[in-house]
Amino acid sequence: MTTSPTARDTVLGRIRDALALAPTPEVTVPRAYRTGRTLPDGERLALLTDRLVDYKAQVHPCTGDDTAEVIAEVLRERGARRIGVPDGLDEQWLTAYDGEVQRDSADIPAPSLDALDGVVTASAVSCAETGTIFLDGSPDQGRRALSLVPDLHVCVVDLSSVVAGVPEAVARLVPERPTTLISGPSATSDIELERVEGVHGPRDLVVVIRTDA
Amino acid sequence: MSTFLGMPAAPPRSPFGTGNLRGDRTFPEAAHGELRNDQLRHNLGRATRTIRTKRLNVTGELPDWERLRDAGSAVKTDTMNRLPELLEQLEQKVTERGGTVHWARDGVEANEIVTRLIRATGSSDVIKVKSMATQEIGLNEHLEAAGITPYETDLAELIVQLADDKPSHILVPAIHRNRDEIRQIFLDEIPGVDPDLDNVPAHLAAAARAYLREKFMTARVAVSGANFGIAETGTLAVVESEGNGRMCLTLPDTLITVMGIEKVLPRYQDLEVFLQLLPRSSTGERMNPYTSMWTGVTPGDGPQDFHLILLDNGRTAALADTIGREALNCIRCSACLNVCPVYERAGGHAYGSTYPGPIGAVLTPQLAGMHAAKNDPNSSLPYASSLCGACFDACPVKIDIPSMLVELRHQHTEQSGTTVEKLAMKAAAGVMGKPKLFTAAQKAASLGRVVGGRDGTISRLPAPLSGWSDSRDTAAPPKQSFRSWLASAEGAETMRAAADEGARLTAETPEEDQ
Repeated sequence: MTTSPTARDTVLGRIRDALALAPTPEVTVPRAYRTGRTLPDGERLALLTDRLVDYKAQVHPCTGDDTAEVIAEVLRERGARRIGVPDGLDEQWLTAYDGEVQRDSADIPAPSLDALDGVVTASAVSCAETGTIFLDGSPDQGRRALSLVPDLHVCVVDLSSVVAGVPEAVARLVPERPTTLISGPSATSDIELERVEGVHGPRDLVVVIRTDA
Repeated sequence: MSTFLGMPAAPPRSPFGTGNLRGDRTFPEAAHGELRNDQLRHNLGRATRTIRTKRLNVTGELPDWERLRDAGSAVKTDTMNRLPELLEQLEQKVTERGGTVHWARDGVEANEIVTRLIRATGSSDVIKVKSMATQEIGLNEHLEAAGITPYETDLAELIVQLADDKPSHILVPAIHRNRDEIRQIFLDEIPGVDPDLDNVPAHLAAAARAYLREKFMTARVAVSGANFGIAETGTLAVVESEGNGRMCLTLPDTLITVMGIEKVLPRYQDLEVFLQLLPRSSTGERMNPYTSMWTGVTPGDGPQDFHLILLDNGRTAALADTIGREALNCIRCSACLNVCPVYERAGGHAYGSTYPGPIGAVLTPQLAGMHAAKNDPNSSLPYASSLCGACFDACPVKIDIPSMLVELRHQHTEQSGTTVEKLAMKAAAGVMGKPKLFTAAQKAASLGRVVGGRDGTISRLPAPLSGWSDSRDTAAPPKQSFRSWLASAEGAETMRAAADEGARLTAETPEEDQ
């Protein structure tokens, strides 16, 4: 009995044929672009803030001691009475908040997160030059649905985790973790290329930057 | 294991008559109609101008932009050189992390795999992230025929789908629609939409949010494409703006990703190059609002059933062409569309393919071929360009699109070898190579004077050469050929006189410029 080749064998065979028919010389990748950049704290803070504001995110710099007060104030301003937090979020950050807090767990169905007024998470890394915050699913950041479904995302960034550019940020990531890059609130430019903040992701992004953490 | 035996065979193109890689009219025919649409030209002109300015601003602020382009270009070329090992590595890593990898020889096979996987979940609908690959293979049409409802969730794709329209731009598929048209589409097609909906973009976006929210919360299966697949780690990435991608990639139980085999990248580190090149070239932003990266299955977070379909559909045929393979380096940013004077006026529909604009004019014929015998609209695509080179300058991975267009024109001329014109050219080449034959032919040609008019031109040749004279006049052959004149006494006398004149002038001219 003969077996017909699998699609896998066929496609790989075609690729090898193609490379034999049109061989090209080996290339070495020139990585002459900027890597390993460092910037002083003040410059990283200024740059990240400028980029985030440009994306229409709200930025609140504060000290580590003021974290709980600032978070409570942000939530109060927006009338957020019921919030979700990842299971591993620092309890100290919520001591000034008097609303209801739902600690997340995998058995809470994701659609029910839609009933929350907002979510507070930490973050893994941030890139100043592009205004990008990286979440990697660590216990203080939670599963991806938690920071996606509620309409308000309050994200805490430690200045020590803010790096200058994209290469410096990618170097700090753990590839196997589910990673989300966030650069401002949800947006679209699909109608006449006019930017509109807020489609499906959180329409309100508030970034609390702890300058001494 | 496949063992390499004997001569390599040229890989096949995407099967004729499948998917969305071929229009039903040639580019000039289609563009003729589109050019008369004032609204379209106004929308396109405004949109492409806006995005060109934004792109120049954000690429100009990076001092190492050119070095990033060099790196991006080299990474893609290196990827194509090592494609078999990289795909096998990607497959191994995704499998290790709990995903399932499928291979599809063409779009038909990919559509069948997706349908089978959706049926296995028992779901009769599916939410979709904007994806060029699934557009290319006509997945939505296939699913509908199989009784499965696909919901496009990207705002522009939703507009296109609701209007039963076709995308006209890689990045902004509804670029040909203005806000009034979009408002009307929503009023007509979205069940329960507020009848007082106005044309403010923020309100239109809010209407789409409300409509799709329920779908996101209840859908059990999602289909996506992928911008990058990392061989080293098995990580896949989707770059987007609205959050519909995050919804699709996170909330359903089952995720099916269709990825062209050329989208693989060797190392995780390569993202540091492409996460700079893509957003700045594409939307003209420093970074797009959201990028999702996932590696197989993560317990307790996101889809627990993940399938990756690796799609050929003519890509290996492109790879077998030394010049044409460069088209596979494309990262689908659409910068070349926005700078192209032809695209700006004709719009995306005129190209007839999922891939419009300069990159579409080279990629589409590579994937689906140019069938000379079938009066293939794809044969007209390499001519849909003024060869101005703006696309080459804008491309973040430095694809030399103009050279590829010229090569495809050459291939088209070579393969359309059955016409009388073509045979005449071949005969001429043979005759000109043999002096005796050439002289005889010239004598015969003077007989052509009988078809020349009083002005000495031939403006209408009889069939089958009428196609030639439709677009140009031909000078009627002279009474005497140059060669026979030169051999005559009159010719010899004239040449002697000219030689004497030349010698006299040389002697009189002072030697100044040595």
